[in-house]
Order: sequence, then structure tokens, then C-alpha cells
Amino acid sequence: MLGLDKKDMKFLLIVTFLTLATPILLQPFPEGSGLAQFNAGYPDLMQRFAIFGIFAIGFNILFGLTGYLSFGHAAFLGVGSYSAVWMFKLLSMNVLPGLVLAVIMSGLFALVIGYVSLRRSGIYFSILTLAFAQMSYNLAYSVLTPITNGETGLQVTLNDPRILGQQVSASGNVPGTHFFGIEMGAAQKIAIGSWEFTFSAGYYFCAIIAIIAFYLSLRIFRSPFGLMLRAIKSNQQRLNYTGLNARPYTLAAFVISGMYAGLAGGLLASMDPLAGAERMQWTASGEVVLMTILGGVGTMMGPVLGAGVIKYMENIFSKINDQVLHQWFGWLPDSLESIVIWAAEHFVGSGWHMTSGVLFMIVVIFLPGGLVEGGQRIKSYFKNRRGGDSDDPEHHPKQAPHVAE
Amino acid sequence: MSNSNFTRRGLLKTSAVAGAGVALPTIFTASSAAAYTNEPTGGTVTLGFNVPQTGPYADEGADELRAYQLAVEHLNGEGDGGMLNTFSSKALQGNGILGKKVEYVTGDTQTKSDAARASAKSMIEKDGAVMITGGSSSGVAIAVQGLCQEAGVIFMAGLTHSNDTTGKDKKANGFRHFFNAYMSGAALAPVLAARYGSDRKAYHLTADYTWGWTQEASIKAATEALGWETVNAVKTPLSATDFSSYITPVLQTDADVLVLNHYGGNMVNSLTNAVQFGLREKQVNGRNFEIVVPLFSRLMARGAGENIKGILGSTNWHWSLTDAGSAAFVKSFGTKYGFPPSQAAHTVYCQTLLYADACERAGTHNPCGVGEALEGFEFDGLGNGKTIYRADDHQCFKDVLVVKGKDNPTSEFDLLEVVEITPAEQVTYDPNHPMFAGGNLGQCNAG
Repeated sequence: MLGLDKKDMKFLLIVTFLTLATPILLQPFPEGSGLAQFNAGYPDLMQRFAIFGIFAIGFNILFGLTGYLSFGHAAFLGVGSYSAVWMFKLLSMNVLPGLVLAVIMSGLFALVIGYVSLRRSGIYFSILTLAFAQMSYNLAYSVLTPITNGETGLQVTLNDPRILGQQVSASGNVPGTHFFGIEMGAAQKIAIGSWEFTFSAGYYFCAIIAIIAFYLSLRIFRSPFGLMLRAIKSNQQRLNYTGLNARPYTLAAFVISGMYAGLAGGLLASMDPLAGAERMQWTASGEVVLMTILGGVGTMMGPVLGAGVIKYMENIFSKINDQVLHQWFGWLPDSLESIVIWAAEHFVGSGWHMTSGVLFMIVVIFLPGGLVEGGQRIKSYFKNRRGGDSDDPEHHPKQAPHVAE
Repeated sequence: MSNSNFTRRGLLKTSAVAGAGVALPTIFTASSAAAYTNEPTGGTVTLGFNVPQTGPYADEGADELRAYQLAVEHLNGEGDGGMLNTFSSKALQGNGILGKKVEYVTGDTQTKSDAARASAKSMIEKDGAVMITGGSSSGVAIAVQGLCQEAGVIFMAGLTHSNDTTGKDKKANGFRHFFNAYMSGAALAPVLAARYGSDRKAYHLTADYTWGWTQEASIKAATEALGWETVNAVKTPLSATDFSSYITPVLQTDADVLVLNHYGGNMVNSLTNAVQFGLREKQVNGRNFEIVVPLFSRLMARGAGENIKGILGSTNWHWSLTDAGSAAFVKSFGTKYGFPPSQAAHTVYCQTLLYADACERAGTHNPCGVGEALEGFEFDGLGNGKTIYRADDHQCFKDVLVVKGKDNPTSEFDLLEVVEITPAEQVTYDPNHPMFAGGNLGQCNAG
């Protein structure tokens, strides 16, 4: 079905199920319990999971398949956001025109940047993309202020024309973003026992787009085009000797992944109509590299996992302050408590970067294949214990992981 | 590898699934039963403190957080009550807000609009915060203010000095206690003219973002009105740490005053560079070369060390003020943390109290009720003398302090001395002043 074989179809269905059930799965602890702090099932974070999942999936098409490490993908994210917000300002608060323009604009940007950057490979390519992204960032930050509103970020205001839609909502405010009447901000809370689940329209919109994006990427991975990209990754020189020109393929991959980034940027703006220049900063470009590596380069599920882990830490760990720590460790004797809290403070709250840094190091050192490799190792461990006739552990070279894992 | 086998049946199945998927969200559009966003129903009310814990303004953020914690203690009737005892409105009882115990959540804005909005959103959506406050940068404050307007909660701005916060980007749900760039200019210019003469030539270095621009425009307008001439105004990137290349051109002009429209780490670095280049000893046309820093804070003064001595600037509040409110606040802050509060701490403490008081007087946490109670509210006893929250733009009008880097500091906190207290009338402007025009408060939004 859908041009996928049985295994891929099963995989896609699992991903679809997980995505649609996210509001329930991410809310495992009852409200009011001490662990409710770790619940992540609120709309904004779930939307970010889906959106950065799309961003990472797109990045993986370039990095995972061709091996070209772009350090400037945040520029496309930013371009997408700005395009979408401009559509909200000029046309209407319907997200569709915004998303379409976001994808087109970021595609054009990617074409131009890719055309120049792809003349070089390896580290030079990375540096070129980084330079372009920083250039876009600085332009957005100051020179292009009339278009981007500089450091404050582009926002929708009451005075915007919005020629096709409502200029001012009935309550006298800026209307919310919507998809043909489905308000992105609408959410339904359902309480079951002491659990409370929030089902948000915005999240499901992002989730459905994310599933489509995932499906498209799966098709690209399985296509002859994908095979060609992998050939570029494994040995570009040999490919050149066979008389093939690799550049059109890499450029196509670059543009596709740029469009994914633009889509993610447009979605970010659709969920929260603001576009800031920080979205284009090199730290944002680095973040998607981290996400991909953390999850597992070249795998389908890895980048999405990585995106989830990093966004989870950024939003949940950074909110654990010493007040919360006192609640947790209040049962310890005072002197011990202050020591434990002093130590813990460096890893939560403003120190969440430390936790993510440690995690990243552990993954890179012990699981070079990312979290996906961790999952595979656990799986094979259990397989071996059951005594199945599994792969020979001494077999070299190691079998490449199935891309659908 | 590719197996495209699109059949009629397959297509039908797919479209049915996709159709169901698209239709799915429509069942979730029903709005919730609460009267307004995050109506507190239990015995507690949650406030969201959104401050920079990392990045260039982390010092200010940490001090703000301390003040918030102190304010929460005082609202809940713990500690010595601080400015609750001197505040002219007596609606607060020390039993929380409207009898509900005050709890709080914190977040890190990272001094980035995006991160700040994400953090504020999680406070509203996850923790049920009914009010968001904080921000140590105008860009962040404006972004979060916009979010609060959309989400239907009150935003009590912290350290934000740009004219735009209550000018072209003002919002019905947002309120600012801190003064602004226009007020700095209006308060500072007469003092500058009196001390340095009215025929000076000024050279501006300006941080290249909202606040810097409005600060530059304000001080330029105010000094030019008094006869000064502006030689040049150069924008410097916010991320710059070395300003040598911007200082050298100053030496080649006939300017005799350097205005540093910088804040935080920027100002510390640019001032240090300027002093290293010998600008303070320089003589132009037989007069001393002067440096002016329109917005001062004690934390910056500490960073700049020796270089700050004798330099003029303006500030919202300083701990050495001797009125009852300031004294009470400095005392309870000092008792708890062991050092005096900064102006950032002061303004956020006031904002928290003002919000709580407005809730009590309105008898509700509903943003529309609270907004109404704050609009046009006149109060005293919070350290700035008689103050009014103007209804037209939700800006506080109060006295502005003109300060000078102290020549002989007695301690590491005693770095600024108050030169003049500019009365509120002198810094009051029309809500439609060109520097503030183009905005629209809109309607209050209760979600």
C-alpha cells in the first residue's frame, strides 16, 4: 500500500499511531503528583516535537543520505517563519498560504545557497553553509529590519491589512491562526481519573503534516534517487569516474531538505505567529545537527527521536528550579540536602545544557549510531538471550541497520 | 527499489484515511468551560516568572528571580512584609491573592524571543500560570507581551526600557512599571546641558536593536532641543564584545561627548574600550571630553569598575534612596540575600505587588478586571514617590533618577550617587507622541 513494502508499511503505521497518541503517551503521571513535573503532554511542547521532527527528518535527507553536513539549516527555518508571518499579515490568518509560501521561499533560498555551497564538499561545505546562515541571521537582525522587525521579531498586529481574512476578531484582538476555520489554538482537555489529557487542534495539524513528511522521506529513502544519494555518500569519486555528475543530485537533496526546514519554520509560525532572527542563528543550526546525531544519522526514526529528546530537556529540565528540588530532597537531613541540591542545580534549571551535553557525550562515545543503535542493542540482547539463531557477533563488517529502524 | 503501484482501491483507501485525519481536529474545537484562561480553582494561584537565566543578561535575571521570591513570601504573609507596609493601597492582607496561596514557576528566556515565548507558553499551558512577568530585554518583553495578549493572561513587564513596549507594540494585557528611553532622555538632557554646556557635539554608539534605536532617538531629540549637535550615530551589533574599531573614528571627529546607548555587557566593554583609548583625558576645544551612558544599572557599574567614576546616566531606582518604601525593600532584600537589590529587582518586586493588589481590588484574577483596576491607578510608597499607571498606554509615570558613577565608593555596592531626581511632570509625554505613535492597545483578552 502507498508504494511501500510490508515492513515499511508496518513501520509507518507504528509511527502514525505513536504520533496520534502522543497527547496520552506523554502524560504518564497523574496531575498533582510529584512526577507531574515530567509530563510533556501540553500543546506547545507536543507541537515542537512534531515540528522539529520534520526539521530533523529533512536535515537527515541531506546529512544522512549524502553525508553533506550543512551547518546552516536554521536559515531555511527562519525564511519559512518570516514568509508565513508575512502571509498572516498580508493575506489572512489561514495557515495554508503561509505554509505554501514558506516552502517555496525556503526552496528558492536553498537553491541559491546550495548552488554556491555545493561546489565544495566536506568541511568547506559546512563552513560555506554556516557563513550563509550567519549572513542571513545578521541581515534579519539589523539590515533587513523593515522586513524582519529586527531583534524584536516579526509579529502580527491589529493594523495589518489581511486582505482575504478578518483584520480584527470579534473580541477586538488579532485573530488566531486557523486552517479553514479550525483554530490552531483550540484545545480540549479530557480528565480521566487524576490524569488530564490535552488534545490540541494545532498539535494534530502538525502531527498529520509530520506523518506526511515522514512518509515522503521514507519514499525518498527507498527510491533510486535515494540510492544515488547513498552512492554519493559512500564514494563520490568513484561515482564521478563512472561518468555520473553528482551535483544535480546533491543540489536536489539540499533543496528538498531546505524545503522541509522551511515547512517546519512555517509551522512554527502557524502555531505561534512570531518570527525572530534567533531562529536563524548558528546555535539553531547546530541544534538540528545534534538532534540528528543524538538520534542516529541515516535512520528514519533517529532524527525524530533526537528532536524529541532535546526539546524535552530544553522545556522540562530548564523549569526545575531549586523550589522543586527542595520538594524532592526535603526528606534528606539539612546538610546533606544542601549538598545534593547544590550538585543537582548544575544539571537542571539554567544548567540543563549540562545535562544535554553529558547525554550527547555518552551517546557519541558509547552509541555512535545514536539512540536508535541503543534500541537495537537492547533488542538484539533480548533476542540472543532467547537463544535465537541471531547474527554472528564476530561478523565483520557489521550489517548496516535497516533504514526503517 | 521503487514500487509505485497506485491502484484505484489503494487510492480510495488512502483518501479515506487522510479525510478522517483531516476531520479529526474538528471534534476538539469546543472551548473549555472556565470563564477565562487558567482561572485558579483550587487553593493556590500560580504566577510565571520568566527571566533570563543564561545569556548576556543573566545577572539581571538572577536578581529579578530573587526579588520575585521575596515578593511571593511577602504576599503569602511570610517575612517582614517589605513594601507591603509602605504601599499606599492596603488591599493586600498577607494571605496570598484573594485568599489563595501564591505559587510560582520559573523559566529561562535565554534573552531570545523564541525561547522566551516557548517558556511562557509552557507556563500558561502546562502550569496554569494566570500572570506572566519578567524579561530583561525589550525584544523579549515585546514578544512575550504579544503572546500573553493572544493567550489571555496579564503580562507585567520587567526590565524593558524601549519606547516600543508601551508605544507601537503596546497591548491591552501588558503593563510596564519601568521607565523608558524617552524618559531617560528628558531627564538627562537638562542635567547634561547644565554640567557640560549647551553647545556640545555628541557622537553616539548604539546597540543595534529596538531598545538601542529608541534610546538613541530619544536622547538625540532631547539634547538637540537644548542646542547640542549630533556629529554621528553608529550602530554596533549586540553581540560585539570589542568596540575598539568603533572608538577610533570618534578620535578623528571634533566631537566632545560620547553617548553610549549600550546596556549590560555591551556597555561594560564599550566604556572600558573608550577609557583605554584615553577619551576621558582628552581635551577638545579646551574642554574635557565627556562620556554619557543614558541607562545605568548598579550591576553594570560593578562590571565597569573604575571606569564608571564621574559618568552620568539615568536609572529607575537606586537602593540608596531613603524614602520609607525603598528602605523597607532594601532591608528585607538585604536580610534575605545579604546585599542590596538592583533596579531590576525593584521593578519586578513592584510589578508583582501591583498585580496582586489589582486582583484584590478587582476581586478577580480575570485579566480584564485586573487590567481595569490597574488603568489609571495612582499609588505611592513603592520607592519612586507618587506614581500613576496611565490608562492610555499602560506605562507608569514617576520620578526619574539622574545618577553619576561615585568617585569614592565605600563598598562594592555603593557605586552610584543620585545627582538629581527629575519630577514626573518633566518626563511625561503625550500618548500620541511621534516616538510612541502607531500602536494600538486593542481590547483586553481573557482567553
